[in-house]
Amino acid sequence: MKGADGWHRLSPVSPVVRAGRAAIAIAILILPTVLRGGADLARDAPQVAVVGVLLVLGFVSWLVTRWRIEEDDLRIETGLLRRQSLRFPLAQVQAIDVVRPGLARLFRVAELRLRMAGATGATARLAYLPEREVEPLRALLLDLAHRGVSDTPPEEQGEERVLASVPTGRLAASILLSDVGFFAIAIFVGLIVTAVEAPAAAAGAFGGGAVWVVGGLTMLWRRFNQEYRLTVAEAPDGLRLRSGLVALTAETIRPGRVQAVRMVEPFVWRRLGWCRLEVDVAGHQRRKGEGEAQRAPLRAVLPVGSRALAGELLARIVPDAPAERLRPPRRVLAKSPLRYRFLSFGRNERCVVTTTGRIRRVTVWVPLAKVQSFRRVQGPLQRRLGLASLHLDTAGRSVHANLRDRRVEEADEALEALVPLARAARRAR
Amino acid sequence: MSEGEGGQLDWRRPSPRLLTLRRVEVAAVAVPLAVAASVVLAFSAAWAAAAGGVAVLALGGLAEWIARRRVRAWRYAERDDDLLVQRGLLFLRLSVVPYGRMQFIDVTAGPFERSFGLATVRMHTAAAASDARIPGLERAEAARLRDRLAELGEAQAAGL
Repeated sequence: MKGADGWHRLSPVSPVVRAGRAAIAIAILILPTVLRGGADLARDAPQVAVVGVLLVLGFVSWLVTRWRIEEDDLRIETGLLRRQSLRFPLAQVQAIDVVRPGLARLFRVAELRLRMAGATGATARLAYLPEREVEPLRALLLDLAHRGVSDTPPEEQGEERVLASVPTGRLAASILLSDVGFFAIAIFVGLIVTAVEAPAAAAGAFGGGAVWVVGGLTMLWRRFNQEYRLTVAEAPDGLRLRSGLVALTAETIRPGRVQAVRMVEPFVWRRLGWCRLEVDVAGHQRRKGEGEAQRAPLRAVLPVGSRALAGELLARIVPDAPAERLRPPRRVLAKSPLRYRFLSFGRNERCVVTTTGRIRRVTVWVPLAKVQSFRRVQGPLQRRLGLASLHLDTAGRSVHANLRDRRVEEADEALEALVPLARAARRAR
Repeated sequence: MSEGEGGQLDWRRPSPRLLTLRRVEVAAVAVPLAVAASVVLAFSAAWAAAAGGVAVLALGGLAEWIARRRVRAWRYAERDDDLLVQRGLLFLRLSVVPYGRMQFIDVTAGPFERSFGLATVRMHTAAAASDARIPGLERAEAARLRDRLAELGEAQAAGL
């Protein structure tokens, strides 16, 4: 919807979609009560009222929200009582996501999210836009963002090349074999055992366990829904990730915006030769005093796949990963006995790779061009053993490289070599 | 690195007044505590009151010794392309922050620091983990460092 002076409105069905989500959540909350035969509508009236209020608030918020593109910025104005005018410089866009939750798909609308860099790392959200407007807008924003960085026009919208996709069977198996999966399985087994051993107590256990069951199922579902049919494709405007069963997500990560890549291999997966590959882009970081909840999970480029496939993808994202790995000295066994077998690092002129982990193996690749600062840290135990750690901080949300427990001379040598290399890499771009 | 180039590097240290400030802080806690301990223990016996007071003062002395060594451990050096900050007694930390990575600098001075004419300079990068803080700089030195860092940061700025 277009108004005067290029101001746009969001789609008029947005309030319905927003309130609809709350309605579903409340339906799930009151479901156990209804199932137990306590369908007391009078008691649920407040919840129904909440949905009504949300609907009205959503409508007001829709009325007062408008957005437009001003040269190199996206500007969003919102708020009834406390008027806000938000400016998002497009040159700082790290990734653009198009999210379509189930309800939004019913109404043919989609949410556009612009993930920004910077210390605040705010996300610009346009929820919701008509589906047919989203794709051109995404292309336009990416184009503007690109132009902000360099003056060369971007290549024409070339064909995208699919790099990898995840088979559904394997995804389901991998989720059941993950930490979330084990948790859910444990709950189900617990409930079944209770039902068999003490049928009398089972009814009570089921009532109490219902919350847990719903919680466990939601977690499994969310994971499955998010990563269902994930496809990674390479296009001129960046890396495109597409996935989803009910809620569809399409994400475009601009080229050269990947701060770090992480590969996680949990214990059970390792036996099957599986791994998970995640990328980190600049964004909001958890600072001291902020809760854990602030941290969003990393986006998986490959939720589950063979190491060979992950290797191929990695070669696309970080073209020159170091091949050789250096093991730490044996005396590290005294300091970190569980980590010792995984600890290693490798470096070349462009990139650093480190491996760590106690039970699961975590490998991190950081391109030197993305390193923000270096920290050499030596604790009391490390000093006694003649060891030191070298941290490479990045602007990513949670991934940093840590050359943990190296010999002091090795750490100093690495620091001395990496600082100029990082400078050269930074300037080369 | 700190050893290898130690000869050429121009390491600077926080102002000696920082030590005075830390001593005052330690004394401000230790002396009233010692008095309070003496007063409380005076209800049982005079020698206990004396012993308690002395014990607390001894702890204060220990704290002073730690504070002194911690202040001496801080040092920083400006190189052509980056700032080095070293600190820590138990955990020895050396940060290397390239000027080009600097997002902003803040200079803060709490009421105590201000009364001693001191300020803390801190360099922020896009990584929250970066740790380049130099406390206890004399006001003129803090201003000089801030201006120089800002100038170098602008000259060498690199994108994310």
